[in-house]
Amino acid sequence: MAKGRVQLHGVMKSFGAVDVIKGVDLEIAPGELTVFVGPSGCGKSTLLRLVSGLELPTGGSIMIGDRDVTLVHPSERGIAMVFQSYALYPHMSVAENMGFGLKIAGLPKNLIKEKVARAAEILQLTPLLDRKPRALSGGQRQRVAIGRCIVREPEVFLFDEPLSNLDAALRGQMRVEIARLHAKLGATMIYVTHDQVEAMTLATRIVVLNAGRVEQIGAPIELYRHPANLFVAGFIGSPRMNFMDGLVDGAEADSVSVRLNGATLRLPRHNADVRPGAKVTVGIRPEHFRVGPGVDAGDDQAVEFDSVIDLVERLGGETLAHLRMPSLSDGVLVVKMSGDIALRIGTGLRVGVRLAQCHLFDAQGRAVGEPGSRAAVAA
Amino acid sequence: MKPSHRAPTLALLPAGLITFVCFYLFIAWTFAISLTSSQLLPSWDFVGLLQYERLFASARWWTAMGNMALYGILFITGCLAVGYLLAILIDRGVRAEGVYRTIFMLPLSMSFVVTGIIWQWMLNPGLGIQQAVRGLGWEEFAFNWLVRADRSIYTVVLAGIWQQSGLCMALFLAGLRGVDPNIWKAAKVDGIPIWRVYASIITPMLRPVFFTAAILLFSLVVKSFDLVVALTGGGPGFSSDLPARFVMEHILNRQELGLGAAGACMMLATIAAVVGPYLYAEIRQKKGG
Amino acid sequence: MRRLPLYLMLSIAALMVLFPLLVMLSTSLKPLDEINHGSLFALPQDPTLAAWTKAWGGACISGTCRGLSVWFANSFAIVLPALFCSLALGALTGYALSLRTARWVDMLFAALLIGLFIPPQVTLYPMIVLVREMGLFGTLGGLVFAHTVWGLAFVTLLFRNFFLSVPRDLLKAARIDGAGFLATFWHVMLPLSLPVCAVALVLQFTYIWNDFILGLTFAGPGQQPVTVALNVLAGSQFGQQEYNVNMAATMIAALPTILVYLLSGRLFVRGIAAGAVKG
Repeated sequence: MAKGRVQLHGVMKSFGAVDVIKGVDLEIAPGELTVFVGPSGCGKSTLLRLVSGLELPTGGSIMIGDRDVTLVHPSERGIAMVFQSYALYPHMSVAENMGFGLKIAGLPKNLIKEKVARAAEILQLTPLLDRKPRALSGGQRQRVAIGRCIVREPEVFLFDEPLSNLDAALRGQMRVEIARLHAKLGATMIYVTHDQVEAMTLATRIVVLNAGRVEQIGAPIELYRHPANLFVAGFIGSPRMNFMDGLVDGAEADSVSVRLNGATLRLPRHNADVRPGAKVTVGIRPEHFRVGPGVDAGDDQAVEFDSVIDLVERLGGETLAHLRMPSLSDGVLVVKMSGDIALRIGTGLRVGVRLAQCHLFDAQGRAVGEPGSRAAVAA
Repeated sequence: MKPSHRAPTLALLPAGLITFVCFYLFIAWTFAISLTSSQLLPSWDFVGLLQYERLFASARWWTAMGNMALYGILFITGCLAVGYLLAILIDRGVRAEGVYRTIFMLPLSMSFVVTGIIWQWMLNPGLGIQQAVRGLGWEEFAFNWLVRADRSIYTVVLAGIWQQSGLCMALFLAGLRGVDPNIWKAAKVDGIPIWRVYASIITPMLRPVFFTAAILLFSLVVKSFDLVVALTGGGPGFSSDLPARFVMEHILNRQELGLGAAGACMMLATIAAVVGPYLYAEIRQKKGG
Repeated sequence: MRRLPLYLMLSIAALMVLFPLLVMLSTSLKPLDEINHGSLFALPQDPTLAAWTKAWGGACISGTCRGLSVWFANSFAIVLPALFCSLALGALTGYALSLRTARWVDMLFAALLIGLFIPPQVTLYPMIVLVREMGLFGTLGGLVFAHTVWGLAFVTLLFRNFFLSVPRDLLKAARIDGAGFLATFWHVMLPLSLPVCAVALVLQFTYIWNDFILGLTFAGPGQQPVTVALNVLAGSQFGQQEYNVNMAATMIAALPTILVYLLSGRLFVRGIAAGAVKG
């Protein structure tokens, strides 16, 4: 069954001479919650608007269900959209807001009332139906905006940064509500956000966009574990992955030796073309470091570095240490430790990391090895 | 054209048509007529710049233009000064501010004709202020501008300022309310006297408001017709005539359409010379910012 | 007490503004004899509404001696349809301009804006020709048309700037809800713009009621607005001037706009500010 499936084929969009979307191919299975994520200006909102029909693509085609909707009017695509600003009609009551689309479509009044009542039930908005938007809290407005979508019974729900106007506490709460709603309705949803935590917690699949192109598509954990390139590696995960410059020492069929900070790491090689002498980047997530004197001494599956503590951020549940290394070109290295750890600035710290948790990227930024997929051996 | 652009384009048709025909085509028409010998009715007998030569040779036209310059300068500075002063007084945080504001803007709601008649009555030498003050004991008191050819234009200035100061006050008050209150706190901390803050900080900040108000008043000056008609009738003689009245009279009453059109074009040129650079700067600023 | 000078200055200014109006009121309540022999500053000794009655129902203007009431009614007959037309056209045009669908839309707006500065004397005669060609010269329709044209720039400016401040997401939501250009205008934008409508209503009422030049030019005989009639009455050089009647007539002619101004409160100020701060 194709209801709720969304397919993008070579979709392009330019505004004048500026190419905002540079050819996107994507297939979203029915019932998936797909999150478009990326830095501001990456084109994620534009891509969503192309799906919604608010913008028309300059190239490529868009299918929703079995229909080619590339040039179809937004109201006839079987989509509904939640806006960042909620975009509720200020002069209409909650019920009128939710039923406006149906009224325009010419549905009989009692049917509209019935549908609005049902949607209000789902979102627990029933007692608020006669209120005006200005009499609602941020979270309630958000729910009305979602209710307006539900009433339309769309094939696809579109969310354009729906939580960015809410404060942090409410944001967490609404995130859970959206996840619950997705489970309950089982509808296809596309969700745009610049917040990778939202992306990680909500998504069935994440589409990482950068400069108008898709960088990687995958399940959240897959993206975390196996970023396809430097961009995704840096974007997914918080605090962001540490990057260190290394030099290829030797390249064999299934492994690469990298000289880094005095040590030589033997990392797995995967379908990339690296030659000895090539510059590479080694990426290590802050949470993958282990701390303490001689943590990994004698372990040939791990590597250790000496560093000096530059700055300490104690958050209670975790501690972030910013470390300086004498030969580190990248500046500081961030290490995340769980628990509250007292560290003194200026003192030395020995940190270690398992080679299986090191990511390797070639000079073009593509992932060379897939950490954990094969045994990595230290030279 | 995108299908979604069809309806808005259609909706702009009437306004577009009006703008094109009733603004620009009409200006072109009037200009063309000013090059003809038209008298009672438009005739397309072109005579070059003859009407302009006649216009520039007319003492009455130059009186009207001179009056407009005098009226313009006095009226605009007067309105700006009075309006700004009133705005500052109100902005000092007085109680019943709404009452004062309402009173100051009250004349704005009245027509120029009404204003003209009121002041004509007030300045009536036999029964108005002059007579009343004489009645109080100053037998020599003279305030007979209305009937003096060398003073009559000043009565127009007086009535104009009385009516339009409220407009300036409203604009300046809005400007003053837009001033960051932290500036006042900072000035207080620095111990700068209040008048100094107004003179050296606030007034320069409000420069755009001064410009806007002046431009607005200027366009009123050039259009001024009703007030003179009701107050002085352009008299005594033509001593308080203004170009707008000159043009109206030649077009409608004197069967001198060509000459009137030439006068109208000169009015437009005057406006364009002043407002043009303002609009240009405004638009450039918009694009730059 | 440090504020005393402040209040003193404000009160003097207020008095100076009100003085002519008070004189007018006091004159209108005096008999002619008292005016001719008394002082302008003196209060009426024996207030009478005779002048008001005559101004309203008996004064002779342009050969008819039925007072100002006839012309007063004329003004209403002009103002109401002119208000409706100019607001309807201005709101729709302002909305269409605010969508900024193309470059020429902004250019049209600029062209319209410049129209605010064109003196009516420049376009008056061709307008007479146009209205005559339309067969509307000397009719109510012709005058309403003239008012609509001359008010277009201002009303459009007011609405366009307001509509431009409406969040774009709202328009997008309406599109997704299936509302087209007119449905969005009618169901979403117009209800939102009610405050601006009120501002436009108040100001256009004032402008049209106070108009002199268009009424003078376009109205047919006996259909002129009250401003024109008032000028005829007060400006008449013939016979004995009845100043009390003139003053009463002036007050009657000014009363509707004064009332609208007093009742509308801040709307008037907002309109003036919005009109002045062009965008």
